[in-house]
Amino acid sequence: MLSYILRRIAYALPITLGVTIICFSLIHLAPGDPLSAVLPDNAGPDMREQIKIAYGFDKPLPVQYLLWLKNVATGDFGLSIQSRRPVVSEVLPAACNTAYLALAAVLIGFPFGILMGAVAGYTVGGWIDRAVTSVAVTGVSVPHYWLGMVLVVIFAVNLGALPAMGMGPGGQSSYAFDWAHLRHLVLPAITLAVIPAGIIARSVRATVADIRRRDFVGTLQAKGIGEGRVLYHVAKNAGPTILAVAGLQFAQLLGGSILVETVFSWPGTGFLLNTAIFTRDLPILQGTILVLSIFFVFINLVVDVLQTFLDPRIKRA
Amino acid sequence: MAVPHPRPDPAADAGPAAAAATAPFVSVRDLTVRFVSRDADVKVINGVSFDVLKGEVLCLLGESGSGKSVTMRTLIRLLPPTARLGGTVTIDGIDVLGLPRNDLKRLRGSLAAMIFQEPMTALDPVFTIGQQIGEALVEQKGMSWADARARALQLLELVQIPSARRRLDNYPHELSGGLRQRAMIALALSLSPKLLLADEPTTALDATVQIQVLLLLRELQKELGMATVFVTHDLGVAAEIADRIGVMYAGRLVELGAVAEIMDAPRHPYTEGLMRSTVHAGMRGKVLDAIPGAPPDLADLPPGCAFAPRCRSVREHCLAVEPAAETVGPGRIVRCLRHGDDPAYAASAPLAIG
Repeated sequence: MLSYILRRIAYALPITLGVTIICFSLIHLAPGDPLSAVLPDNAGPDMREQIKIAYGFDKPLPVQYLLWLKNVATGDFGLSIQSRRPVVSEVLPAACNTAYLALAAVLIGFPFGILMGAVAGYTVGGWIDRAVTSVAVTGVSVPHYWLGMVLVVIFAVNLGALPAMGMGPGGQSSYAFDWAHLRHLVLPAITLAVIPAGIIARSVRATVADIRRRDFVGTLQAKGIGEGRVLYHVAKNAGPTILAVAGLQFAQLLGGSILVETVFSWPGTGFLLNTAIFTRDLPILQGTILVLSIFFVFINLVVDVLQTFLDPRIKRA
Repeated sequence: MAVPHPRPDPAADAGPAAAAATAPFVSVRDLTVRFVSRDADVKVINGVSFDVLKGEVLCLLGESGSGKSVTMRTLIRLLPPTARLGGTVTIDGIDVLGLPRNDLKRLRGSLAAMIFQEPMTALDPVFTIGQQIGEALVEQKGMSWADARARALQLLELVQIPSARRRLDNYPHELSGGLRQRAMIALALSLSPKLLLADEPTTALDATVQIQVLLLLRELQKELGMATVFVTHDLGVAAEIADRIGVMYAGRLVELGAVAEIMDAPRHPYTEGLMRSTVHAGMRGKVLDAIPGAPPDLADLPPGCAFAPRCRSVREHCLAVEPAAETVGPGRIVRCLRHGDDPAYAASAPLAIG
């Protein structure tokens, strides 16, 4: 068990390194010259050369990468080109804000998706199943920025019941989990929850329907045990699959959504990325993408480890 | 079907338990099973009748799709919701087909328990053997988990699983095929059933393990005195374990009788064909005498006798008239026109089969 977990962590290391390489090469892959964003318009060749040396762009790429990696490892992601503040102090609060939003979306979307999927999986072919499936397909297909705007029009503009912008009074520094702040969370969280809920409902339905067709369910029924106990068996068998799908969706939510955060002016990573893209703030882009990718790798690691507790067959594999 | 079925008289049966029992433990009369879906209505079982006495082993023998498994599963109503059942089934006085869904647990596990063909898929992969044997005891008998575990250990020892205590905490994938099937048997025995249903329990096992599991089953059946319905397509297995054999073809019981009678003097052309097509020593170099053709499509049965297109004794009459079950001896039933007192068979012209 422990050796499996250690092995799984060891697998995550090369993936993380690969991610850093991709993030590093972003600057060089992006169209245009990274220098042009920093240089004033009237800069001559001398100044260009100076800046190049100051930013270390004159060194060979592998050396640049290793220097950058060393800085990143100590938490130094460089300075934002726009604000001149350290990238870390921009990315971490944004990631934190996105995490609030992601957690709220998980609390709304996941139980709903799992419940809907399980009910549909128990009534395959019936009208409940067809209703759930069409709701799920609609949820997955609706563009969420459009849904966000519709919700804003209904609940913020027409009803005036919920706020449409920002995180609430005081912003990030004085965030509190009271209604004055939480009411700002409702609309963006619902908007973000729709797609994961649809995806989870569909895969839970497929998994539950598949497991209910397995031979061992016949054995359980032949034993004369109650439906509740059979449901427990089905749930424990479906657990690993649901966990994998839910983990992936959670990681995606943690990555933030550029469109939804922009619609609701939510100061998260998506909002930050959006601004960074339009201002060509490459250090911010690099730092944000790296932090989000590492989140992704980490969540997948956690899911894999959790699965060993649910499925005894994994330990040996 | 309007044709009255002659009922085998248990008192006249030559079975070993006949003297002790007055009424059959299991009684199946005119059983029909249809699978109905939006675009199909398939009659899988077309009027099957048989009895099983206390302590007796009845083997249902037949090809894939002959309806032997469905017949057995009907005994504990373990069929998909698309199944429509007709006729009567009684086990120990309980009207099985009339039992409300909520009362099925009276039937399942404690009265009748089932052993499945493939223990790898029939056991839940994410629960330990001990949990799977114990949960029926906890759920149905209200035992504590500690008591259930102790009983599960006894059961694993009863089915001769080595180092049983350790096996309690094993998952199915950690056991060999033979041990898994023994665990499956232990599970079936957990509530001390009076009727054991076995659905090809040795088919998925290695040949050497097959005979061990078969001997164990026979030993346990004798020791615990359970009535047993055993489904197989393997004549050797049937000969080994059965007191009586029922041969099934296309959803009908075509021949029923004591094991020696069926083996030595088959009366139905299909049973004759099965006996001829077995492989045994001294056949090297000889061509196997197989039954020509393939079983009919149950959704599109031919008129008359379903076996007629493959039958050596087929006559014109067989294509027109569906044979009824005839009692041709004590406890011996054959469903074939050749044995009826219908003069039309003798009068009609023999046909060649292609």
